[in-house]
Amino acid sequence: MKYLDEYRNPGIARRIVDEIHQVTTKPWVIMEICGGQTHSIIKNGIDQILPKKIELVHGPGCPVCVTPLEKIDRALEIAAQEDIIFTSFGDMLRVPGSQKDLFMVKSEGADVRIVYSPLDAVKIARENPDKKIIFFAVGFETTAPINAMAAFQAKREGLKNFSLLVSHVLVPPAMKALLSSPQNRVQGYLAAGHVCTIMGIEEYKPIAKEFDVPIVVTGFEPLDILEGILQVVKQLENGKAEVLNPYSRVARNEGNKAAQELLKKVFKISDRKWRGIGEIPMSGFELIDDYAEYDAEKIFGMGNIEVDEPQECISGLILQGIKKPNECAAFGKSCTPQSPLGATMVSSEGACSAYYSYAKR
Amino acid sequence: MEKIFQDGITASCPLPITEHSTVQLGHGSGGKMMNDLISRLFLWAFDNPVLNQMDDHAALDISGTKLAFSTDSFVVDPLFFPGGDIGDLAVNGTINDIAMSGAKPLFLSAGFILEEGFSLTDLKRIVVSMQRAAKEAGVVIVTGDTKVVDKGKGDKVFINTAGIGLIEHNFSISAQAIQPGDAVILSGTLADHGIAILSQREGLSFETTVKSDTAALHSLVSEMLSAGGTAVHALRDPTRGGLAATLNEFAASAGVGIRLDEQRIPVTPAVAGACEMLGIDPLHVANEGKLVAIVAREKAESVLKAMRQNPLGQHSVIIGDVITDSPGMVSMQTKLGAWRIVDMLVGEQLPRIC
Ligand code: SF4
Repeated sequence: MKYLDEYRNPGIARRIVDEIHQVTTKPWVIMEICGGQTHSIIKNGIDQILPKKIELVHGPGCPVCVTPLEKIDRALEIAAQEDIIFTSFGDMLRVPGSQKDLFMVKSEGADVRIVYSPLDAVKIARENPDKKIIFFAVGFETTAPINAMAAFQAKREGLKNFSLLVSHVLVPPAMKALLSSPQNRVQGYLAAGHVCTIMGIEEYKPIAKEFDVPIVVTGFEPLDILEGILQVVKQLENGKAEVLNPYSRVARNEGNKAAQELLKKVFKISDRKWRGIGEIPMSGFELIDDYAEYDAEKIFGMGNIEVDEPQECISGLILQGIKKPNECAAFGKSCTPQSPLGATMVSSEGACSAYYSYAKR
Repeated sequence: MEKIFQDGITASCPLPITEHSTVQLGHGSGGKMMNDLISRLFLWAFDNPVLNQMDDHAALDISGTKLAFSTDSFVVDPLFFPGGDIGDLAVNGTINDIAMSGAKPLFLSAGFILEEGFSLTDLKRIVVSMQRAAKEAGVVIVTGDTKVVDKGKGDKVFINTAGIGLIEHNFSISAQAIQPGDAVILSGTLADHGIAILSQREGLSFETTVKSDTAALHSLVSEMLSAGGTAVHALRDPTRGGLAATLNEFAASAGVGIRLDEQRIPVTPAVAGACEMLGIDPLHVANEGKLVAIVAREKAESVLKAMRQNPLGQHSVIIGDVITDSPGMVSMQTKLGAWRIVDMLVGEQLPRIC
């Protein structure tokens, strides 16, 4: 863990910030994809020390935020049934469905448990053969391999009481969708470093080429983010649009081959609905047919849930980088982390929550 | 509200408790949800000048003798953790609540709620640890209570302690005494206790050398008072909700702003690493052997010097100051030289998922 302070070193940060100031001559709009980056930017005040000409807009990289409302409602319904142990990462518990959240269902008597790894959910299944254990498999490419591993293990052991409620999304198709939108303002991307750790950087090259945008693989630490911004701005100023990877100490260009193999054994790519954005073709994972018996949607059905988002919430526009949280009329008034209207206010990765927690309001 | 007051109490509350109709875990987290519950239900019902001070202790005057009185319940899971257990935590926790009034802690009570089937060996280990902690601190456990509940109706053991101490000085140490210009002093590194506990939680076990900082702080407080006297305006131990919650409470009750310097706030590399991995902020994590003091600027250095002589305060530092601007708000200059708000958590601190 020693690397931490090194990557926060204020002296080095100053030098990079100075260089960004020197190379910036025109206004640029840069999007950081990942919610972890958004938090780091707002928490450390990186947006305050950049040249005024550089605008950072916040991307859709918060898995909790883009999980469709109907999926959450379905999770709540399943969790409330008899003989169910519903397991999830902690973040998901406070995300409001149309009526309740998982914490409320839990306080009403449902067995809802926070796990830190889906493999713990498999363990719970092993230890409770008379219960049905569901794991809410939410996330990007980063959590997909461990979730795949849970399904793989359960199948290998022949567990009959374990299933996954899958809501996995993929980053590159969303980046493409945003660039294709007529409202797009994004001119350069900070790609999500941890996603690249798994998937590598190849998928970004066609995007950079087709849309003529520089893409720089970037980590979470302040110095990583500053370096990412510098490399995007330099490219923009010089009319270049390449994929660069200054985060190679963590994310190798080819990614993690073993994880990619595992993903292929368990998941297939499918269309997905993103909360606030809509359906994006080939932008998610679902379990392959061999794993049908581990698919909670197939076991419990998805029902016919039709839900409306709260009217005031503009999180869809925020997730696309069109608006900022403080431009939402509800921000800090009818919408706070205590009583959130949208998922971007709940999740620790959500842009609204970052603005509320750290920035002036 | 009707649902909450079923026993014929027809009182109506000016504000809804929250939109929840049942108790949520977040109501016990030391954050905003808990503050809401306290102010909208408990303060509303028990309303009196002593309670309304909202300190962690009550300062009482009984025929000219000034006493500090406090109570605290302990439900920590796991019961045993690196650096301590529920027993010494229960003793030190109440001692600290009393000590933050500047009082000398004297007597404690101990109430046990035991779950049927709980190991007597473990119980003995806990009680011996309480005995040791009380002896070291020079307090006496003078009364107690034992209840056993059916298996499944409790979680192994819950402990409540209450305590009284003697206030020997004649000025008030309280959030109300905080003045713009005061210095904010922290007695050592942040977040050790919370991270030590998290590292032991089922499913989360990660390798760390972090130990709980549980300790009784009354000797440190008494040395601070000898050095600073009336210049010591307010004291609190930042337990649940962490330093962020304590300073926000100070800022709100004193109607002042508080400004911190991130570079000065001590966090050990092991704790910083664990927080990074779990996606949590050390400012929000519980401590059990640290205090934060608000001290008049002109005496700040002498109080700091006295604190550093005591092993429990050897890493004390001035981390910020009290200002008139932005009353009720805590802000912090980040290591990059920018500014951010330091807010209280809403409910449970949730580990991030990617
Ligand atoms: S502030 Fe609340 S209502 Fe507004 S966009 Fe964010 S989550 Fe939605």
